Amino acid sequence: MERLLVRAMEVAQQAEVFRVSSRQVPVRFEANRLREIQTRESTSVALRIFKDGRVGFARASSVADEERLLEMAVETSQFGLPAEYQFPSLDSYPPVNTFDPAVGGVTMSEMVDMGSALIASITGHTAGVLCDVSVTRGMASVQILNSQGGKASYDKSFFGLGLEGTLVRGEDMLFVGDSASSCCLPVGIDGLADSIKRQLEWARESAALPAKSLPVIFTPNGVASALLSPLMLAFSGKMVLEGTSPLKGKLGERLFDAKLSLRDDATIACGPGSRPCDDEGVRSRRLPLINEGEILNFFYDLQTAALAGTRSTGHGDRAGAGFPRPASSSLVVEEGEVAFEDMVADVKEGLVVEQLMGAEQGNLLSGDFSGNVLLGYKVENGKIAGRVKDTMISGNVYRVLGELLGIGDKARWVGGAVYTPHLYCPSISVASGRGKGK
Amino acid sequence: MLREFNLLSFFARGITIGSMRNRIADALKGHDAEYIEVHFEESQSTQLVYRGKRLEEVDKSRSLGGNVRVLVRGSWGFVSFNDIEGLRNNVSLAVEEARMAGGEAFKISPAEPVVDVVAAEKRSDSTCVPLAAKKQLLDEYNEIVLGSPRIQSSNIIYRDVGRKVIFASSEGSYIEQDKPDLALRLTAIARGNGEIQQAGLSMGSRGEFSAIEGLQGEVKKVAKRAAALLDAPEVAGGEYTVILDPVLAGVFVHEAFGHLSESDFVYQNEQLRKIMVLGRRFGGGFLNIVDDATIPNLRGSYKYDDEGVPATRNYLVREGILTGRLHSRETASRMGEKPTGNARALNYLFPPIVRMSNTFIEPGKLSFEDMLGEVKDGLYVRDWYGGTTSLEMFTFSAAEAYTIHDGKVMGLLRAPVLTGNVFVTLGNIDAVGNDLDMNQGGGCGKGGQSPLPVSNGSPHIRIRHCVVGGK
Repeated sequence: MERLLVRAMEVAQQAEVFRVSSRQVPVRFEANRLREIQTRESTSVALRIFKDGRVGFARASSVADEERLLEMAVETSQFGLPAEYQFPSLDSYPPVNTFDPAVGGVTMSEMVDMGSALIASITGHTAGVLCDVSVTRGMASVQILNSQGGKASYDKSFFGLGLEGTLVRGEDMLFVGDSASSCCLPVGIDGLADSIKRQLEWARESAALPAKSLPVIFTPNGVASALLSPLMLAFSGKMVLEGTSPLKGKLGERLFDAKLSLRDDATIACGPGSRPCDDEGVRSRRLPLINEGEILNFFYDLQTAALAGTRSTGHGDRAGAGFPRPASSSLVVEEGEVAFEDMVADVKEGLVVEQLMGAEQGNLLSGDFSGNVLLGYKVENGKIAGRVKDTMISGNVYRVLGELLGIGDKARWVGGAVYTPHLYCPSISVASGRGKGK
Repeated sequence: MLREFNLLSFFARGITIGSMRNRIADALKGHDAEYIEVHFEESQSTQLVYRGKRLEEVDKSRSLGGNVRVLVRGSWGFVSFNDIEGLRNNVSLAVEEARMAGGEAFKISPAEPVVDVVAAEKRSDSTCVPLAAKKQLLDEYNEIVLGSPRIQSSNIIYRDVGRKVIFASSEGSYIEQDKPDLALRLTAIARGNGEIQQAGLSMGSRGEFSAIEGLQGEVKKVAKRAAALLDAPEVAGGEYTVILDPVLAGVFVHEAFGHLSESDFVYQNEQLRKIMVLGRRFGGGFLNIVDDATIPNLRGSYKYDDEGVPATRNYLVREGILTGRLHSRETASRMGEKPTGNARALNYLFPPIVRMSNTFIEPGKLSFEDMLGEVKDGLYVRDWYGGTTSLEMFTFSAAEAYTIHDGKVMGLLRAPVLTGNVFVTLGNIDAVGNDLDMNQGGGCGKGGQSPLPVSNGSPHIRIRHCVVGGK
């Protein structure tokens, strides 16, 4: 890396080398049977230079030769944006716990045993469920070096469990699923198994909903699958800069329910999205986005911040070794005071949404969402009455989150990137029908 | 850590295909495995990303890597790597993994070994087009969008990839293939009346740059549509008679039926196998659904899949009846059917899984006007944002929608999301048009492998009782 940086500085005014290498070992079960064990190794190197006042960028797998990398970065710099920022000169960072050496010590056979035990627990609960399970351990190391004296390097471990279960009865298909992950051990199977068993129990009976506006409770999985994608776009400094975020110019305004607080936090110990610095070497921090309904901050990387006349918030994300863009790391919705059971008890007729399918395919910028309730339950007179199917819900996140009846008192991780409790909304439009005519 | 070593320089140094074959063959010798396959892949790509007036990202990349997949006593081991010199050790590691997994009954069906070299047709290969020329064309499109009334911003993502893949197996196959790809997504974003709306255009090709030239008129329409959506009312949720244009109908057939035809969803599930039994009726006698990787020059076309099996044309539904499905060697073996050459991997980081290629509804006899004339009240839905499926239920989202009243297309509506159920919705198709069109935009995601180049298409189709989300 040093040599590439030195070579780059022979032609550039500033330069930065980013390197990430990872080794992942997924153990995969298919339809309750151990199908395969994999080892995936990969290394990527990215070079960013400021040449003649413009940004050049290139990347390669590590074995490609460095002269070619430099050549490509010089070529792209002819067309790059004006370089109006500096690479950060930090060379030390407050520690963030992202590495547990014990993860590397978990053997393949222990991973196989965990997967088998998880499957046994689910199939013992409900016969006929076919489970696809993955048990994954991973290690990654990230190094950043730049011409301004900046230097960062950290290691990250990862352990994850995921289960997708399918239960086919006649022509009816039920899909259940959940996952758990952390940088640190233990990641146990019990919590995951309990969550899936609860899904199976609530989905055992079927129930039908009328087509009208109804109260809806989103579970943590439901919050992540239905509501967060439009918000992440809206809080991105990029969308704010170009004026396509509905939140542009609304800093300090109360657009959401006063019970709602949301932050991004890359410093949570063992959080799968945690890191001491972002992918550009800017220090990680806890960034409040919504505080009691009021909009406090947007997130930025170096380039977007420079264009917007502000500072990077430490949200430069490369999705591997790609061009940095602003992105959230770990979103945290602050816990409220209402127990899920009390939310359900409060509903006369309504819906619990566990998984919404297709919600990310609409006009996300406007906050509109619409999707098929892949897994959801009807609530009738304060009790869960059974699974609903062939049902769509549609709404707008700004309207939905503008008035909440309650926020759950217990948050949990969803997919390693979101930590959220249940959200209880007064009214969302429901359309249903199996297409057979009525 | 960086060394000069790549496949191209292999060839440049005069190392012949024969010697590459021998090198791999040597590395495969002496392992205790039923089957071993190796992929090597070298690629280079260029990506340009515009946001508004700024060309924000200009990115060139090169990648070199490979993988080994082995079958030992009925279980699989897989290793992917960047360092292609340590092949023998990686084969050993994969064998060790498979042995650890061991004892299951996964098998592959027999296949004839193939030795072949498939070069891409070099018509207007995008990897040879200078960066300045790419930028010039995209600049022009971007200016058209940004110069249109009520447009707040634009987003253009252009990516071309030149890819060379080598496949070799312990059965004696050795195949080299060029697999170039090009994709363009252009979005116009309008703002006004306190609303933000967007409209987009997706194009793609097997690397021919010419496929995205000359789109000025299309681009202008996209910008106009984004602006028009600002004033458009929302659809009321409910059941409608809908007519899908060829682009959206292509997404529909991909989501509604294509994925369920991928046998890896079915082969281990006895219940599903009963439901998906060949001979079952899914639609009317005029409904024919085909997946065909052998059509020249579409984005989902190839000569061999990533298990070295020759590509084929398959009727999934013929005259409304389930007649075929897509297979890898593994799913074919398990179901006692023939491999169809549909095992595909996104890149060397992943093992091949069963995927679609070019999937479409065959044209029927009706004209769009005839189809429309029979609808008293309904929706005409066009173009796409996306689609997804759980196999049984699926959603697909339109980019534009219009009211149909008394056989006429009326006012523009906000783009809705539509949903269906595979056992019902295909049977509710009551008309298939005569105007097949293949769409080359977008890509397909499955099992973390996204976006895989595919194409899909259809003529106009009409569906009764389709559930549409809305206020």
